[in-house]
Amino acid sequence: MESIALLIAATLNAGTLLAIAALGLLINERSGIVNLGAEGMMLVAAIAGFATAVHTGSDWLGFAAGMGAGALLAAAFGVLVIWLNTNQYAAGLALSLFGGGFSAFVGISYTQAKLGPRPNFAVPGLADIPFIGPALFRQHPLVYGAIALALWLGWFLYRSRAGLVLRAVGESPESAHALGYPVRRIRLAAVMTGGALCGLAGAYVSVVYTPLWVEGMIAGKGWIALALTTFATWRPARVLLGAYLFGGVTMLQFHLQGQGVEIASQFLSMLPYLATIAVLVLISSNANFIRANMPASLGKPFFPGA
Amino acid sequence: MLRLEIRPQPSKLMSLASPLLALAITTLLGIALFLLLGKDPLRGLQMFFWEPIKSAYGWSELGIKATPLVLIALGLAVCFRSNVWNIGAEGQFVVGALAGGWVAMQADASSGRSIVLWILLAGVAGGMAWAAITAWLRDRFNASEILVSLMLVYVADLLLGYLVYGPWKDPNGYNFPQSISFLAITKIPKLFDGWRVNIGVLIALGSVLACWALLFRTYAGFALQVGGLAPAAARYAGFSSRRSLWLALLLSGGMAGLAGALEAAGPLGQLTPYVPAGYGFAAIIVAFVGRLHPVGIIFSAILMSMFYIGGELAQSRLGLPKSITGVFQGLLLFTLLACDTLIHYRIRRARS
Repeated sequence: MESIALLIAATLNAGTLLAIAALGLLINERSGIVNLGAEGMMLVAAIAGFATAVHTGSDWLGFAAGMGAGALLAAAFGVLVIWLNTNQYAAGLALSLFGGGFSAFVGISYTQAKLGPRPNFAVPGLADIPFIGPALFRQHPLVYGAIALALWLGWFLYRSRAGLVLRAVGESPESAHALGYPVRRIRLAAVMTGGALCGLAGAYVSVVYTPLWVEGMIAGKGWIALALTTFATWRPARVLLGAYLFGGVTMLQFHLQGQGVEIASQFLSMLPYLATIAVLVLISSNANFIRANMPASLGKPFFPGA
Repeated sequence: MLRLEIRPQPSKLMSLASPLLALAITTLLGIALFLLLGKDPLRGLQMFFWEPIKSAYGWSELGIKATPLVLIALGLAVCFRSNVWNIGAEGQFVVGALAGGWVAMQADASSGRSIVLWILLAGVAGGMAWAAITAWLRDRFNASEILVSLMLVYVADLLLGYLVYGPWKDPNGYNFPQSISFLAITKIPKLFDGWRVNIGVLIALGSVLACWALLFRTYAGFALQVGGLAPAAARYAGFSSRRSLWLALLLSGGMAGLAGALEAAGPLGQLTPYVPAGYGFAAIIVAFVGRLHPVGIIFSAILMSMFYIGGELAQSRLGLPKSITGVFQGLLLFTLLACDTLIHYRIRRARS
């Protein structure tokens, strides 16, 4: 029982970082822009967050630094694709390649650095319930933050005026433009929000989840988060569920290794990537299911007055 | 205030000037970076732009690095021109190296020189097979080729790890994760005695010609490009987008696999966890900077190789991390994309 409770706790923890990044990318994509730079933003944010946490001793300043780094890179990407009409795929790839190189470059002096003792968290009262306590209520505050973010985003997109405008910009930028909404600035805001949340997820990896800095440590989580938005057909609640599912797959490999299963560790490590492919195949084979919620102008450039 | 105005025609001049402009901006940013790190910028630039080309030895090393970049980028150029986003060339490279390496490991005293041909063919087949997974999932299930091909990079890396830590580990290798050293008979023939550069360079140059002919002199190449530029027009003309998808992915997978086999049986001479050196990703930049044109790719591959060698020199002589190469490569693509705006738009002063 104890080990199952810990497995659930670890699953939530692993799912959280995917959820935060994927929810950010969802906001991003709801405005009609695909940012393939998630991996690069998360890597730069991971080192920015880690370095800040090492120097200041504050995890929360680390998160803030990660968010800042993510938003800054996203802004550069945003200017390229929104104002200069650069191909979104190419610009996103550029961001991922740059982020990988840049984080390795600045991170080289932090590979031996260590953070102070990691704090333990417990929700008063609930944390002591047998099984449920260790499974659900001894988590980092951001685990609950991710759930709150998903709920809020559901409300924002479908129940608020600003969310309606954001969706309009993603569905038909021409119409939104004709109605007088500043399409480009709204898109930039969405892209930067997406970058900030990817940054938060990146900092969470290096400050809480791992916690250390290794070159390339995001190991495809940014790409998996991108796949999650498609998998969840751009619905916040489904993103959250999908993230936990992937968190579970990630944890399953460690669990199986711990149980001494006779499979080479490399094959177990392949699980999250193979699961991503499997899920993409399952979801994508039904084109109508995808199209029902996909922002209609996703990936298409918009040049007002053209 | 400045504003952008659409040009009536895309500017041919800017299309050629843009990579040079991007290189100039990247160089300026590089100088700023050197100053920031307290290094002499002149020495820094020397490492990247002079040391690699000042001697015949330098050109031999450039050739070694440029060969895989040219081969992979050629395949990617065909892909990107047909709007197929294969970004998993790194994985196809690794599987090509595995397939070629497997053949090389079978060599014994009775093997003839022809085994090199089989190594290369195995590499092509391996890369093609790996890319075929992406093509099939895209074709049959409409799964994004971007994400699938990228996920397969991680899978390929882990597969390599499994083999060199497990069944393919050299029993006499002091438990290091590496295969046996391939027999000398399997070595890719060198061009000159004493230098590392091998016939891979000639294969790469031949591939440049072949790719140019495919893209600009064949019906299939034409159909491919129309499909990328105007999918609706391609459909109307009866060009099969499925055919283009398979052609582009198999071709680029095969090229990446060939590059992998050349690397395994060439400079490496054995399989180690360090087979994936990032060529598959750097080749994306090479393809774009080379304007997705086979001839342009030669020049951009040489430039990118200078970045690689410059990074190694900056590490050994200036004490900078080698990863500075990645920073410059990323910056170059970023600035190139920004400069490319000027192909379709011109800057005008807005009347207030």
